[in-house]
Amino acid sequence: MSKILEVRNLITRFYSVDGTVHALNGVSFALDEGETLAVVGESGSGKSVTMMSLLGLIPQPPGKVEGGEAIFMDNGGSLDLLQLNEEQVRRVRGGKIGFIFQDPISSLNPTMTIGRQITESMTEHLGLGQTEARSRTIALLRQVGIADAERRFNSYPHEFSGGMRQRVMIAIAMACEPQIVIADEPTTALDVTVQAQIVELVKQLQAHMGVAVIWITHDLGVVAGIADRVLVMYGGTVVESALVDDLYDDPQHPYTIGLLNAIPSLEESNGEEKLESIEGTPPDLHSELTLCPFAPRCPYAFERCWQELPPPYLVANKHTAACFYDVAAQRPREV
Amino acid sequence: MDNNVLVRVENLKKYFPISRGIIFSRQVGSVKAVDDVSFMIRHGETLGLVGESGCGKSTTGRAVLQLHKPTAGHVYYEDIDLTTLGEEGLRQLRPKIQMIFQDSIASLNPRHSVAKIVGEPLKIHGVASEREIRDRVVQLLELVGLKPSWMNRFPHEFSGGQRQRINIARALALNPSFVVCDEPISALDVSIQAQVVNLLKDLQKELGLTYLFIAHDLSMVRHISNRVAVMYLGKVMELADRRTLFAQPLHPYTQSLISAVPLPNPKLERQRKRIILQGEVPSPSNAPGGCVFNTRCPLAYEECFKTVPVYREVKPNHFVACHLVDGQGSSKIPVIT
Repeated sequence: MSKILEVRNLITRFYSVDGTVHALNGVSFALDEGETLAVVGESGSGKSVTMMSLLGLIPQPPGKVEGGEAIFMDNGGSLDLLQLNEEQVRRVRGGKIGFIFQDPISSLNPTMTIGRQITESMTEHLGLGQTEARSRTIALLRQVGIADAERRFNSYPHEFSGGMRQRVMIAIAMACEPQIVIADEPTTALDVTVQAQIVELVKQLQAHMGVAVIWITHDLGVVAGIADRVLVMYGGTVVESALVDDLYDDPQHPYTIGLLNAIPSLEESNGEEKLESIEGTPPDLHSELTLCPFAPRCPYAFERCWQELPPPYLVANKHTAACFYDVAAQRPREV
Repeated sequence: MDNNVLVRVENLKKYFPISRGIIFSRQVGSVKAVDDVSFMIRHGETLGLVGESGCGKSTTGRAVLQLHKPTAGHVYYEDIDLTTLGEEGLRQLRPKIQMIFQDSIASLNPRHSVAKIVGEPLKIHGVASEREIRDRVVQLLELVGLKPSWMNRFPHEFSGGQRQRINIARALALNPSFVVCDEPISALDVSIQAQVVNLLKDLQKELGLTYLFIAHDLSMVRHISNRVAVMYLGKVMELADRRTLFAQPLHPYTQSLISAVPLPNPKLERQRKRIILQGEVPSPSNAPGGCVFNTRCPLAYEECFKTVPVYREVKPNHFVACHLVDGQGSSKIPVIT
């Protein structure tokens, strides 16, 4: 399994009259060919900002990617996404790296037929002629489960339901046979029975096309069903990363542990157990991060946590935790 | 009449008219948001009401409290029929029946301080002096875990979770017995949801509250409810106690709903056999004839397209509306676990 994307030390800030928001404080991760990486976090964790930073979707001003590199290994060559100019980024975006947004109604052009929106990216990125783009698009619409594809080619976004619009978004993202698809909370706004359909669809397409998927969500249930590996983000940093089974069986970071204890599950035999909540609220990112962002809410925080930002420590195979404390051993980590 | 029943809803309907025409507007149809719903809630228990978009659960909650005037049916609070009470009668009963809303931004007046928001119910009902109101506000804020020193702050100065606590404090101001919680946690982050749910449970024990808990998150509903009702397109498909509903669901919709909920357990997720429904929920303005679930039900047969299945008690305290389940609760449906 070869690496297809390597992000190192990504720093993004938003500058405003009220001060600077340190949205990303050194985010690093890698993605292998064909794998599904879930990125989990709550509001303000930086999960969406990370992906938008990679693809030049951060409005500048007020935002700015201030540091780091994002090496995309693309069929022999490699390029740093953060060094591309707007024209170059546009060629990658929608072509080699597809993007599925949360709210399809705001990301689909209401004045264009959906057929046209898909063929547009094919003619743009693959240089296809209109006829070929059209027949490929109809095949793609069938593949994503839109019945009566030939007729629906000429439909407008408002003529579709939520789940169908999301299928169209998936079709657009997959249209140019990308190597990576980034899905930002693609099912959060959908009913749970429709969510199940969409998750199933993405899995099938992925198996069929061998594309790597980055799936951003706050839903630890969805993660368990779809991910090979998981990144947990908090306060603009990656606090834990692991293979999916390891994350649920053996979480290392107090935030991950807290998050897993805070969710009820249908498998519970007895709903009388109190949900363990994490006290406090997510951090205000208005100052530069010189401490562990989770320290104010962490039951295990000690002096060091308030003085330094913990780096990610390798705690097991493919398992890192950015934490000075060893929860299992109940003492500070020996590092 | 069971003495322990606090709220009884009988054949509740709420239809919204659809009109066409600008100058001569005429009704061309209706959205049957709530279409013949019946259930009861006992003192001190929580009835969870769950379903997907357009199922009518929020409208049901509002119709129960008479925030929407029901099109038909009755709602009894302690033997008093709320649907026949006049405005004055309803006003007098309001302190006992309250609501917590989902969107804390929309339900809190941004120009009112927390003290004013939480104290307002007391002021409206003229039950206390200024001094008493202030004391009560302090007490309520402490009850929901907020610092009384914050009482002069405004809603925008609080986080989502804190705003929900303000909402809860306001709902409890007049010592209600019955509280309708309409998706109180959906807009909150996961770690904050747990805080608010724990608070609601604690308050229920402490104050002897009865809840109608409306939500779409099945796992959360299961956690907080004693009994659960599943709605689809304006009708209740199934109602049973929590354990039974999740262990032995009889209705095909309940089965697929449970099947669709992802479990935070990767090994289980890999092994699961999922029931994936085709299509999406039809619009409530154009509900199918016969059983409303017939467009998506994997087991639908002739009868399902002809007649509406009767909602009835098929096992003790287990209600279902499905042609495939007979009067004794035997079903031709294989239960998939």
